[in-house]
Amino acid sequence: MRARAVRGRAFQGVLLTALVVAFATLATLVYTVVRDGWRSLDAKLLTEPPSISPDIAGAHPAILATIYLGLLVLVMAVPVGVGTALYLEEYANGDRWYNRLLELNIQNLAAVPSIVYGILGLAFLVRGLGLGRVLLAGGMILTLLALPTVVIAAREAIRAVPDSIRQGAYALGATRWQVVRRQVLPAALPGIATGSILALSRALGETAPLIMIGAVTYITFDPTILGPFTALPIQIYSWASLPDNDFRALAAAAIIVLLGIILLLNAFAIWVRNRYTQRW
Amino acid sequence: MVREAEVTSERTPIKLAPVARHEARPRGEDAVFEIRGLSVRYGDVVAISGVSMDIGSRQVTAIIGPSGCGKSTFIRCLNRMNDLVPGAAVDGRALYHGEDLYGSEVDPVEVRRRIGMVFQKPNPFPKSIYDNVAFGPRVLGMSKQLDERVERALDRAALWDEVKDRLKKSALSLSGGQQQRLCIARALAVEPDVILMDEPASALDPIATTRIEDLMYELKNDYAIVIVTHNMQQAARVADRTAFFSVESVDGQRSGVLVEYDETAKIFTQPSDKRTEDYVTGRFG
Repeated sequence: MRARAVRGRAFQGVLLTALVVAFATLATLVYTVVRDGWRSLDAKLLTEPPSISPDIAGAHPAILATIYLGLLVLVMAVPVGVGTALYLEEYANGDRWYNRLLELNIQNLAAVPSIVYGILGLAFLVRGLGLGRVLLAGGMILTLLALPTVVIAAREAIRAVPDSIRQGAYALGATRWQVVRRQVLPAALPGIATGSILALSRALGETAPLIMIGAVTYITFDPTILGPFTALPIQIYSWASLPDNDFRALAAAAIIVLLGIILLLNAFAIWVRNRYTQRW
Repeated sequence: MVREAEVTSERTPIKLAPVARHEARPRGEDAVFEIRGLSVRYGDVVAISGVSMDIGSRQVTAIIGPSGCGKSTFIRCLNRMNDLVPGAAVDGRALYHGEDLYGSEVDPVEVRRRIGMVFQKPNPFPKSIYDNVAFGPRVLGMSKQLDERVERALDRAALWDEVKDRLKKSALSLSGGQQQRLCIARALAVEPDVILMDEPASALDPIATTRIEDLMYELKNDYAIVIVTHNMQQAARVADRTAFFSVESVDGQRSGVLVEYDETAKIFTQPSDKRTEDYVTGRFG
């Protein structure tokens, strides 16, 4: 009796330690960033282009490009990802070898390092399709990167819809599409939204694939979809690698902005989840 | 395997298999279903084999039998819900008003519209009470005078008075018994002529069960009702005719078979088969 209780206590301690480690790391990170970047976080950062002089340098083009990239990923990754998930969950016969191969590949894609997507983008989009080093190419690469996560999250959400709901709808003479469109999708929406936005926030923090396809670091004009671009993580990297302390402070401030964008996205995801969650 | 080939070949020339004496037509009524040599396999597992029986209109037909005897499988054949189970294969003939439900030109979606189903566990959609009942009419393009249609269905399911003031409330806020009556209303809203009920009261308390049984008694004036039940008293109370299914070894494989099908009173008081007698007197199952 005693020994069991001790073991229970010990395990609880281990869990608590894990929590403290994770939380302390995050807190330290946020604290140092805010400490270093607080003074540089001003309107200038949001409205001005970068400059060789830290006093007037801002991250406006990078912030704008990151927002564009986010929209592109949302518009491309969510329909394709949800469509894939619906096919695999509602239409595909899991006994067929090609469907199983598809599933296995999606799992694997989620584990492919992002730099590999960058190489693919460089070879296929930038050179092969001749898109050039443009924002659209960056958006497509981030879409590919986010896609497996969106698919996996959407599949989980779709699978969580109880089968009794589908049966009930089929029993009334609904077609498969009607069952999917009117029962499964609405019920799975909160999970799909949450998963998609988490995938999006991760994609927005990506640097390596964008560097790979040649996002430039020093852009003083507003980006366009078919023009050269930079992105916040790249701007941060570029500033952080400069020797001047003022630039480091700018980098820290830009990190705060990026964190802010991602926090906003996550808050939106939580709102969607709470707003539309069904209890069975 | 031999059996399977036999039954399949029987399908092409339209010739009805002989019907055993005790499976004769329900008295004077039109048969809604004429089942002939119906077998269902899930992969290699045979769920039911060689079931032949007629099911009459405007009466309640109960299917009883021990667990695993294929009761649910059987009624799921009647509205082609088994099509949704991967690997399910149906042999034999299931005639619905003389038309083979498994004929090549038959659309399972249309079958399910005409033959409604109520499930064991109440499964209202996570929508409002109104939208639950309106779902069927909407997907079937019967949205004209939807409000009246919804009211009529809820009324027939003896639920209208309890929910008329909160039609926009979530269906999940209803009690289990109300949810089940909502599911019945949902099925009635698309104007079927058969309602299949797969143990509709097994998840309900005795009072809710009584209400469902009263409802069945009421509804059989207009519909053919087929109910699967574990509860023999329930079958005795509500059913006009009762079919007893059991598990037997057929061609070296265990599968569900129809043992006896007759007037309910006869099944429970003087069954002609020893196995039925053992079951209804509680000696097994």
